[in-house]
Amino acid sequence: MIYVAFLNGYMPPGGDGLTPRLAESVPSQLEHLPVNFDLSAYYSPERGQYNATLILAHLLRHLPEANAKIVGLTNVDLFIPVLTFVFGQAQLNGPGAVVSTYRLRNEYYGLPSSPALLYDRTVKEIVHELGHTLGLVHCRDFSCVMHASTYVEEVDLKEARFCSDCSAELSG
Amino acid sequence: MKNKKKILIVDDEMSVRRSLEEWFLEDGFQVETAEDGETALRVMHSAGPFDVFIIDIRMPGMDGITLQKRVHEVDKDAAIIILTAFASVDTAVEALKMGAFDYITKPVDPDDLSNAVRNALRQRELSEENIRLRDKVTELGLSSPIIGESSKLRQVMEMIDAVAETDATVVIRGESGTGKELVARAIHARSPRRFFPIVAMNCGSIPDTLLESELFGHEKGAFTGAQYRRKGKLELANGGTLFLDEIGDIPAQMQIDLLRVLETKRFTRLGGNQEITSDFRLVCATNQDLESLVKDGSFREDLYYRVNVFTIDVPPLRERPEDIPLLARFFVDKYARAMAKPVKEIAAEAEAVLLDYDWPGNVRELENAIERALVIGKDRDLQPADLPLRVERDAKRPSALALAAVEETHIRRVLRERGGNVTHAARALGVDRGTLYNKMKRYGIERE
Repeated sequence: MIYVAFLNGYMPPGGDGLTPRLAESVPSQLEHLPVNFDLSAYYSPERGQYNATLILAHLLRHLPEANAKIVGLTNVDLFIPVLTFVFGQAQLNGPGAVVSTYRLRNEYYGLPSSPALLYDRTVKEIVHELGHTLGLVHCRDFSCVMHASTYVEEVDLKEARFCSDCSAELSG
Repeated sequence: MKNKKKILIVDDEMSVRRSLEEWFLEDGFQVETAEDGETALRVMHSAGPFDVFIIDIRMPGMDGITLQKRVHEVDKDAAIIILTAFASVDTAVEALKMGAFDYITKPVDPDDLSNAVRNALRQRELSEENIRLRDKVTELGLSSPIIGESSKLRQVMEMIDAVAETDATVVIRGESGTGKELVARAIHARSPRRFFPIVAMNCGSIPDTLLESELFGHEKGAFTGAQYRRKGKLELANGGTLFLDEIGDIPAQMQIDLLRVLETKRFTRLGGNQEITSDFRLVCATNQDLESLVKDGSFREDLYYRVNVFTIDVPPLRERPEDIPLLARFFVDKYARAMAKPVKEIAAEAEAVLLDYDWPGNVRELENAIERALVIGKDRDLQPADLPLRVERDAKRPSALALAAVEETHIRRVLRERGGNVTHAARALGVDRGTLYNKMKRYGIERE
């Protein structure tokens, strides 16, 4: 079971249909799980960002059962200590992941808002991080959802699905 | 299982180590971490080699610059990325000057981190490829162009292998055209000096007046016409091998000079007074009997003993006729490629002519004969008519082959004519099949 946690009630555009959409790409049962906790404890004033590693650690406390996985979704800007930002973070072959829509929004780049694009990017990033929790590493196939993306444009280039090699690895 | 690239992250901050470790694990790396320089060196020893190192510049105890030096002492091609806070960029620049591949400033943009590691990996791959290519070049050098499977040639190859690794002076004896220079080059290619040049000089083809300048070089104005300073063969061979062909032709005065150089490895250019040191290995060749030359006084005895440390005798082609078909095949392929012609077969009749000839000009003559045959031959198998007339005519006279060689050649020919049928061949040879099999075994003739 994979729980999709909308942190503190945050719901991206089209969020209602997100869990069923994710179920089309991820070979697992998915369920919506409301999770609330105070993110301010993980805010770094000098960076003006939130520590993804610490948020993820807290999120794991909300995992309803052992052997399940949880992916949290938030709209705050995430970082890990050595990097300027991350779209999301996951534990490789582990139980948890967290994804932020903060830098997936067109507005962040000074472009007109596009709810449809934001929805697509959100789906891809959640599937990508869940792929890591299922043991997948980055893929060379630029259209595979497991392709590494350090730019939002790279997120747009890939599709919200695992390539045949990654699919085979998941089913193997 | 994919062959994962290995990365070692060295940083005293646990959060940085953890972040980078997770980042690179997701990127498919095999990741090791260390909190200080000493630990890093231990990890390098126990879990290395690593493809990339990411090293924090400021750490308690051993700093990043010192660790970089220590890593490079173990692995001189290590690709090191220095991790630095903005305040220590100057130190990072110092690290670059000392051989770090790149530096990144904390916190780093994910794209910059990916690029730095990707480029470092590329550099690592290039340096590994460079090593592979060097090995390949060495291997190509070792894959000798000396063709043949006869026992006499095998003995020569064994001697080459035995002497190559040493620095001993070698005298290669053999008739003209037997491939003495190939033997010299094979010795060089198998020697520790193979990454330095082999410099060849034919002492018999250079006028005495120029020989000294060729060997020792000259300063500008050393003699009429010496407009520029010129390095001699002795100097050019520094680190490598000096191959002096026809050493028996060196004039008396130069023999004294050469002996002095061999003893001291020092000399001066003609017209100069600056002493030059050259570290070379001498390999020489001759088609003359050096001992006779010593007896008649035309070759200095002290020089003879100086050069004659190890002797290799290259047999004439007539003493290894079983190598003729192999050599002919090699030259047919070589010249067909060079002339962009279809590769031909050698007709049985033509091969018989080649086998019957005694090749006074040895391998060189055979090569010339095949080259000529391919120039004039039509697009069909190589026929006797394509061979130089002298080869075809002389092949009909009794040759000076040893009795065993005659027998072997004859058995091969009869077997070929009978399509490899041993029963038919034995009948034609007037022996029983058992006898023929024994002889085939003795001469290493395979059943076709």
